[in-house]
Amino acid sequence: MIEVKLPSLGADMDEGTLLEWRVHPGDEVSKGDILAVVDTTKAALDVECWHSGKVFDLLVEPGRTMKVGTPMLRLLEPGENAASIPPARVPAAPAPPPAVTAPPAAARRPVSPAARRRADELKVSLDSIQGTGPDGAVTLKDVEAAAQARPGRDRAADMRRLIAAAMSRSKREIPHYYQTDDVPLAAATEWLRTTNLGRPITERILLAALFIRAVAEAARRHPDMNGFYVADEFRPSAPVHVGMAIALRGGGLIAPAIHSAEQKSVTEIMRDLSDLVARTRAGKLRRDELADPTITLTSLGDESVRAVHGVIYAPQVALVGIGQVRERAWVSNGAVVAMPVVTITLAADHRVSDGHAGARFLADIGERLQHPEKL
Amino acid sequence: MSPRVTYRDAMREALREALQRDPRVFLMGEDVGMYGGSYAVSKGLLAEFGPERIRDTPLSELGFVGAGIGAALGGMRPIVEIMTVNFSLLALDQLVNTAASLRHMSGGQFHVPLVVRMATGAGRQLAAQHSHSLEGWYAHVPGLRVLAPATVEDARDMLWPALQEEDPVIIFEHALLYNVEGPLEPGAGADIRHARIRRPGRDLTVVTFGGMLNPVLGATEELARAGIEAEVIDLRVLRPLDDATICASVRRTHRVLIVDEEWRSGSLAAEISARIMEQAFFELDAPVQRLCGAEVPVPYARHLEEAALPRTPAIVEAARRLVGVAGAAP
Repeated sequence: MIEVKLPSLGADMDEGTLLEWRVHPGDEVSKGDILAVVDTTKAALDVECWHSGKVFDLLVEPGRTMKVGTPMLRLLEPGENAASIPPARVPAAPAPPPAVTAPPAAARRPVSPAARRRADELKVSLDSIQGTGPDGAVTLKDVEAAAQARPGRDRAADMRRLIAAAMSRSKREIPHYYQTDDVPLAAATEWLRTTNLGRPITERILLAALFIRAVAEAARRHPDMNGFYVADEFRPSAPVHVGMAIALRGGGLIAPAIHSAEQKSVTEIMRDLSDLVARTRAGKLRRDELADPTITLTSLGDESVRAVHGVIYAPQVALVGIGQVRERAWVSNGAVVAMPVVTITLAADHRVSDGHAGARFLADIGERLQHPEKL
Repeated sequence: MSPRVTYRDAMREALREALQRDPRVFLMGEDVGMYGGSYAVSKGLLAEFGPERIRDTPLSELGFVGAGIGAALGGMRPIVEIMTVNFSLLALDQLVNTAASLRHMSGGQFHVPLVVRMATGAGRQLAAQHSHSLEGWYAHVPGLRVLAPATVEDARDMLWPALQEEDPVIIFEHALLYNVEGPLEPGAGADIRHARIRRPGRDLTVVTFGGMLNPVLGATEELARAGIEAEVIDLRVLRPLDDATICASVRRTHRVLIVDEEWRSGSLAAEISARIMEQAFFELDAPVQRLCGAEVPVPYARHLEEAALPRTPAIVEAARRLVGVAGAAP
């Protein structure tokens, strides 16, 4: 019998809310199948199966918020007999939130029993709901309308809290050092222009894909920029999973991974990036996309800032910031020319690397951008 | 197309079939023979089956219901007709103290396979002593099965299974139904255990039975034009009540209106409401509402009688209030 527990779907995740089951008792599942969808306050993420077997029972109800490591379901291994399975240790439901005490003399608001129960399920506060039922009673419809109206506001607040916690932790724990360089992009922009000429609009490559590719290639050669700092030691990563910071429409941002970017072509990275942006904004990321980034790239190229001095996303050890590409006066071959230039900033973890290593990494990125055809 | 027949004809057809199928069956009551029944249900049966099986009785409900119980104990399958539920009060002693109790008091040795048919309800200007709806009084009594056929089909199909019961069955026929016409499919045999959903709907459940079914169905058409889809449950069986069908509907609609011609206090409507509270309280999105007959002896004067009974406009209004659109324009 295999007990599948709620996995950590991100370095900072310690609980999740089960949104829905994608399997039922009796279903045959194999490695890679999606078992459930879990809300982590950042996004709704799929929980993948890591074993093959047959679903024996589901241990939690949708709507339950549980700690990472809570048993979610049990699988029968191939050939295992259901009769030998002991009854489930059903995890205790979390303590209900403390009741709000009403002022002693206040009359009880008319709330239908069904609405009261639904509000509890949806975790909607009845206080703020205007009743439309008989005698102004709060009805099912009122509760459901309130729940519909809520996610934007609450999710934004959750996201803000989450970013606050992650960034505070990073600035508290990581001794950042910063380095900045200006990189001319004449070759890169010219290469993009000619490459895109022959492509339909949907397949055109953006400069961002070149940046990701250059960072991935440089990180592969500078392993002390790529990995995790965990339990007082640095664990470098062989693959380079570049986390791309993506702003959300409701506010906040997420930096999901483009996996193994060091092995992908610019075209592949562009395709991954488009897909990732669309799914991020739809709130449909996979667990590993949030948990896996080994280095983060943040680009504020659409804003009119020259440089970004970013905060490293722990437990990663480096973050590359890209400013806006601008035409500037640039000295080339002894002459001043108009040149598209971008300012690239490295924020790196001084526990892992020193300024010398950072400088070489940054120079490597700049150098690679001069030869886009080799990326 | 299935033929359209009246409720009266369907009931007569049921009696004829029963008399033909089982020689133990006979019909007994006031004016059932020579006169053809006070509502003409048994018209023609005397000529067809003879005075042995279609028996006129003296004006003594206590006496002839007692005789019916004796016949049932003696192996017959009597059908006793009582002119109205008001008159049946004279036979309450036989029905409650004997018919409903004997199986229990004999330790299961004696069953009373008696079927009692009676007219019920108001609407024909027959005044207080011929117009009341006392179904709930009988539905109160353990040992009785109480049926209320509200459609032509149930009028034809419920009698035979009632005759197959080993214990007494009371059948209530609302006096206003006798002239109602409806389609009659070839007999499939009705179950006498379950309520039936006569119209599916999502916005509220209207629970009713007997003579109120047609006014309720009329109201649902008007409600549908206002965008309110009412689910209509015809109880059919008043004892034992089919709680499961009622509560399953409450789980779909979350609102309940009970329409019952009886007086409100201590009515079947009260019993159904209580059961919903017990079994489906957390499904309710509004208090259960009851629309019942006015708590007066049913008046003789036409306008007063109409005012005392739940009619379509009142049903529509109650349903609209319940779903919270009382102020909306029709």
